[in-house]
Amino acid sequence: MPDLGIEVLLKGNNLMRLLAGLGVALKISLIAIGLSILLGILIGMLVNGKNPIIKGIYRVYLEFIRIMPQLVLLFLVYFGTTRAFGWDLSGETAAVFVFTLWGTAEMSDLVRGALISIPKHQYESSEALGLHRSQPYFYVIIPQTVRRLLPLSINLITRMIKTTSLILMIGVVEVLKVAQQIIEANRMSSPNAAFGIYLTVFLLYFIACWPISRLAAYLEKRWR
Amino acid sequence: MMKRLGKRLAVAWMIVFTILAAACGSKGTGASGSDTVYRSLEEIKESGVINIGVFSDKNPFGYVDENGEYQGYDVYFANRIGEDLGVEINYVSTEAANRIEYLQTGKVDIILANFTVTEERAEEVDFALPYMNVALGVVSKDDHVIESLDDIGTDEEIIVISGTTAETYLVKNYPDIKLQKYDSYANAKNAFENGNGVAWANDNTEVIAFALQNTGYTVGIPSLGSQDTIAPAVSKGNESLLNWLNEEIKVLGEEQFFHAAYEATLADTYGLDYEESLVVEGGVTK
Repeated sequence: MPDLGIEVLLKGNNLMRLLAGLGVALKISLIAIGLSILLGILIGMLVNGKNPIIKGIYRVYLEFIRIMPQLVLLFLVYFGTTRAFGWDLSGETAAVFVFTLWGTAEMSDLVRGALISIPKHQYESSEALGLHRSQPYFYVIIPQTVRRLLPLSINLITRMIKTTSLILMIGVVEVLKVAQQIIEANRMSSPNAAFGIYLTVFLLYFIACWPISRLAAYLEKRWR
Repeated sequence: MMKRLGKRLAVAWMIVFTILAAACGSKGTGASGSDTVYRSLEEIKESGVINIGVFSDKNPFGYVDENGEYQGYDVYFANRIGEDLGVEINYVSTEAANRIEYLQTGKVDIILANFTVTEERAEEVDFALPYMNVALGVVSKDDHVIESLDDIGTDEEIIVISGTTAETYLVKNYPDIKLQKYDSYANAKNAFENGNGVAWANDNTEVIAFALQNTGYTVGIPSLGSQDTIAPAVSKGNESLLNWLNEEIKVLGEEQFFHAAYEATLADTYGLDYEESLVVEGGVTK
């Protein structure tokens, strides 16, 4: 077996530091994901209405977030708010804010798409069955929408978890930064550690994301 | 239909830009107002905590050891600053690309992240007195040591890493020398070890460390081009902190503090031979 420098992980608290770094990444992404799902569903339903002003504002918001790379958004919020308004946000707060902004935009667009994809006759048939006001939504439309949303939102959620690797640029020490710190601190004594450490980071991301995609697969099956 | 949508979008974008412009405008007035972005020496002392931006992954200048403690040449100095100010230190992990931004927004009080003094940077931040020298260096194989760039034959090539100061310097001052450019340190190292080029030009600290760790190589040119220095930096205009730092560096020179720092942190990597050429004591460059 080639020398992967895994022994570096056992030095001092290195393994615990990596896990704590993963904890930071997961904490930020899970808070942002929770908020994004809530806000995304609300906004997605809202823009499915007919109000042109809401649609116009939403369009600008969505395009803005889509065009901006996440790294630029992080810099804008972390440094930009200090420059423009004098707010001194911590790196974590800025990260949660940016990821929520991004997640909400993408989530709401998914919700909007899923709602549109429900054929009109579903609404009409449910009314014909005697359901009225919010009842068609609750009993017919939303269950179908959620099923269509699931694979798409899992995609978004795992992407959000993985993109936390960018927040090291605003001073948040998460799993990837800890990995770089460990590799660099040992670059003389174990020059091969990069392989072993990055392999470990890969496994950690996998352990974080895999259960989520398993859960989604399970739900998709159950709700069929 | 498309045309109307296009018009609406255009209007929407105009609104966004107006808001952004307004935000930028208010920033301008905010900066000229009474409240500054940075904290003065008094404010730092009162708060009992100083925020110092250091590298957390640049061994041996600023890195984190296996117990999670910050270590290195820059950190050795930072610890002393905290001690002499009588405040706790909050280390902030910075990247090369965001060091200036951290100072301009006052999110850190001092940057001690192997920060090379350049004219462009000096317009954005205030540098204190230097505490280390940097220059370019050239390493070559023992059986064919390059001691001057004039020794390079017409069909011989020098290895550089793209985007480094070494590349810029050689292209500008020695346009006739053929260069082999590599994207990363690892690729350049492999190419050099395989004999693709007769020499490798990089920061002198890097080539010195390479020659010490690998047998069969000699640093034929330890110092090339303009001598640059490394210094602490503070937010533009933070005079109270800048003056204190300059005074501190002068006083520390009397006890040969940076020599002690070198021996404690850099000697393992660069050996004692380069102590005099790398260390700047008391802020005085020779």
